[in-house]
Amino acid sequence: MTALADQLLVLCLLLNFAVLGTSRLAFSVRAVALQGVVLGVLPALVHPFSWHLVAIVAGIILVKGAAIPILIVRAILKADIQREFEPFIGYIPSLVLGAIFTALAFIFASRLPLAPEHEGLLFVPASLATLMCGFLVLMGRRKAISQVIGYLLMENGIFIFGLLLAEAMPVMVEAGALLDLLVGVFVMGIVINHISREFSSLDTSRLSTLREE
Amino acid sequence: MFDSLLQDPSLVVLGAVLLAALSGVPGLLLRPGESGQKLASLLAVAASALALPALISLLVAGKTSRYVFNWGLPFGPTELSFDPLSLLFLIPIFLVFPLGSLYALGYWPNASRPSTGPSLTFFYGLLSASMALVVLAHSGPLLLMAWEVMALSGFFLLLPEHESAEVRGAATVYLVASHVGVAGLFVLFSELRMVTGSFLFPETGSLALAGGAATVVFLAALVGFGSKAGLMPLHIWLPAAHANAPSHVSALLSGVMLKMGIYGLLRVLSFFGERPLWWGGTILVLGLVSALLGIAIAAVQKDFKRLLAYSSIENLGLIAAGIGMALIGQETGNPRLAYLGLAGALFHLLNHSLFKPLLFFCAGSVLHATGTRDLDLMGGLGKRLPRTALLSLVGAVAICGLPPFNGFASEFLLYLGFLGEARAPLPYLGLGVPVLALVGGVAAISFVKLYGITFLGAPRSEAAAHGHEAPAAMLFPMAVLGVLCLLGGLCPVLFLTLVQPVLATVVPQAAGFAGLPYSLLWFAAAGGVLLVLALGLSWLLRRRQQVLPAETGPTWGCGYLAPTPRMEYTGSSFGLLFGSFSSGVVRTRTSTRAPRGLVPGAARAGYLPEETLLERLILPALGLVGIAFRYLRRVQHGEVHLYIIYIFITLLALMLWVR
Repeated sequence: MTALADQLLVLCLLLNFAVLGTSRLAFSVRAVALQGVVLGVLPALVHPFSWHLVAIVAGIILVKGAAIPILIVRAILKADIQREFEPFIGYIPSLVLGAIFTALAFIFASRLPLAPEHEGLLFVPASLATLMCGFLVLMGRRKAISQVIGYLLMENGIFIFGLLLAEAMPVMVEAGALLDLLVGVFVMGIVINHISREFSSLDTSRLSTLREE
Repeated sequence: MFDSLLQDPSLVVLGAVLLAALSGVPGLLLRPGESGQKLASLLAVAASALALPALISLLVAGKTSRYVFNWGLPFGPTELSFDPLSLLFLIPIFLVFPLGSLYALGYWPNASRPSTGPSLTFFYGLLSASMALVVLAHSGPLLLMAWEVMALSGFFLLLPEHESAEVRGAATVYLVASHVGVAGLFVLFSELRMVTGSFLFPETGSLALAGGAATVVFLAALVGFGSKAGLMPLHIWLPAAHANAPSHVSALLSGVMLKMGIYGLLRVLSFFGERPLWWGGTILVLGLVSALLGIAIAAVQKDFKRLLAYSSIENLGLIAAGIGMALIGQETGNPRLAYLGLAGALFHLLNHSLFKPLLFFCAGSVLHATGTRDLDLMGGLGKRLPRTALLSLVGAVAICGLPPFNGFASEFLLYLGFLGEARAPLPYLGLGVPVLALVGGVAAISFVKLYGITFLGAPRSEAAAHGHEAPAAMLFPMAVLGVLCLLGGLCPVLFLTLVQPVLATVVPQAAGFAGLPYSLLWFAAAGGVLLVLALGLSWLLRRRQQVLPAETGPTWGCGYLAPTPRMEYTGSSFGLLFGSFSSGVVRTRTSTRAPRGLVPGAARAGYLPEETLLERLILPALGLVGIAFRYLRRVQHGEVHLYIIYIFITLLALMLWVR
């Protein structure tokens, strides 16, 4: 089964690049949603069957694959933004940097002092790479909605790492992580709302007028 | 159960502390108005009515009680201790706090100041309670917590008039200085923890440290507690803070909070069984320098309350000098010197917590009457505020150390120490006498100026001409303090009885030495004679005035036909002569616009004493630090994306570092 899990993780990595390389917000959201679904399936592959596991898988797919993307798509429609223009880091450089970070993630992962049963798995490098791609999106994009997407990518990276650590994932842990995510998106939603109301734009670089002189 | 509680006086004191802390809470919840403030004053008076008898009975009985708490914090258990040293320092707190609360009813009534009154009342209670806790705490963390609450309540008490930039500046300097002091205390208590293995304070006289550790402890205590006590050169926060606070707050800050520094110093010194001679010498010299410079700077001030604030530095200097003398006496095996030093210091401490609040209360009622603190705009207030004038006179005479008031009695002990004990091993002690005499002389100049310019002569401004006497709520606390000042001068034995049990805690040698070379009755006799003489003389003069009705007219103006009150001596011109002597230590900024041309316009001359240390040294130094940090401020630019890059770079660096 690990072979299938590894293939899904590679799919995750490719989805990272999809998010990095596109200017269309709706596409990014779909890519992240797909990544969420893939990640939702992963626990079913690595852990033995139980009803508990079914509940977790269903919950993750619902939240990561449906609820949050729908929320963001609504925000996009409401704010009437389709594309990310003039990012700080262009799409081609983003892709190149994403490739470098993914390579770095593999190097780091090989040097980390891991438990012997985890060595050789794709989980750790995939997690680190997704995390760094999330960072890259956070750094490189202007629109607040893109920032939410970057945040979601980072969350996914952390989630992959969590898959590795928890043998049988307790409900509470995952619920806690999802709650974190929900709160994060919620806060970002509020922030987006306020930014667009105050500055009549969703450009976070204009937030620099808020700093104290 | 309840009976046994009441029979334990220390629990009564704890209850009183709690009462003090909560005294301002109803005022925050009630609708704005007088009721909350009146309730707070009532609670304050009740707290001190509970605490003072319990304190004095405990102190005189010489009992010590301790309570150890397991408070579940990671610092181990904590302890509250009621030993004589703590009890003595609780007395000023529970004396000044209720009086200040009463005074506030007239001075800062909620009715006319609805936005600041309730919070001021609340923090007033909190400050008093936290000071009580500082004194009672017998473990480092508890003391630091109470200390922090104390410092912050003081900060909020300074701020009610925050519209003025001067007040905000004073509060900021206070906050920074007080936290720099706390840094010293952190060093102190960490060092003690490392040496003793526990955050609980070591037993009295049990600590024997190797040279290095002992020096660290001593210097950290000197910086941490010395800055709170306003010893020079750590006094920079004090004058502006005490001058800009509301007067009843200044009274509490100056009359009581400064003493917390002295308390801390004494507490730390009491841990040690043996103290190197240079400790005593350092404290003695620091104290004398503070006293001399403090009063020299006070003499040139033109702000009523700033003058009082500088004179606090002088008095705290005298107290520190007494402590230094006691330490020297202990180490050279001279019990009489130890006794005179410590008893003089503690006695003076009690006295200062009587006459300084009295004078600040007087300043408050002058401010209340005229709306200004500038001495040069006052004058002639003696006729308009006769009771305040009388009480100010009491305070001024007491603070100058003149009989028959209490300042004389305590400074007399210090004189005896310097003069009588300057013998074989330590002839240099004799050098303290001229310093002390100079301090007394300059104090007399300062307070003659303060009293004379404010209350005598003709009004120098419209506001002074229309001054009005303070209400009874303000006069009553002043009268209480005035009577206590007189009592201390006539019957020093009352105060010395309170001081006696404390001596053993800090300087064991002094405890065995009870009694002075002179009977204390002489104070009563001499003071009484002086009082009777003065009263008799004034009665005679008044009598003569009645018998021979005198004609009144304008002062003879040397033939000048149109004299105005502006031609009077001002406070600045009175202080100018002394200012020219002391120009080495006090700089003054004069600004003149001389008359020019054939038809000269208006001319003026302004005069402002400088905060030399603060303005010439510390602020420029901080400015340099600010320039250095300007480069760092570029890092803070408001670009969220770059902030994320910082996080990312840190993360990468950590990952690289891990391998």
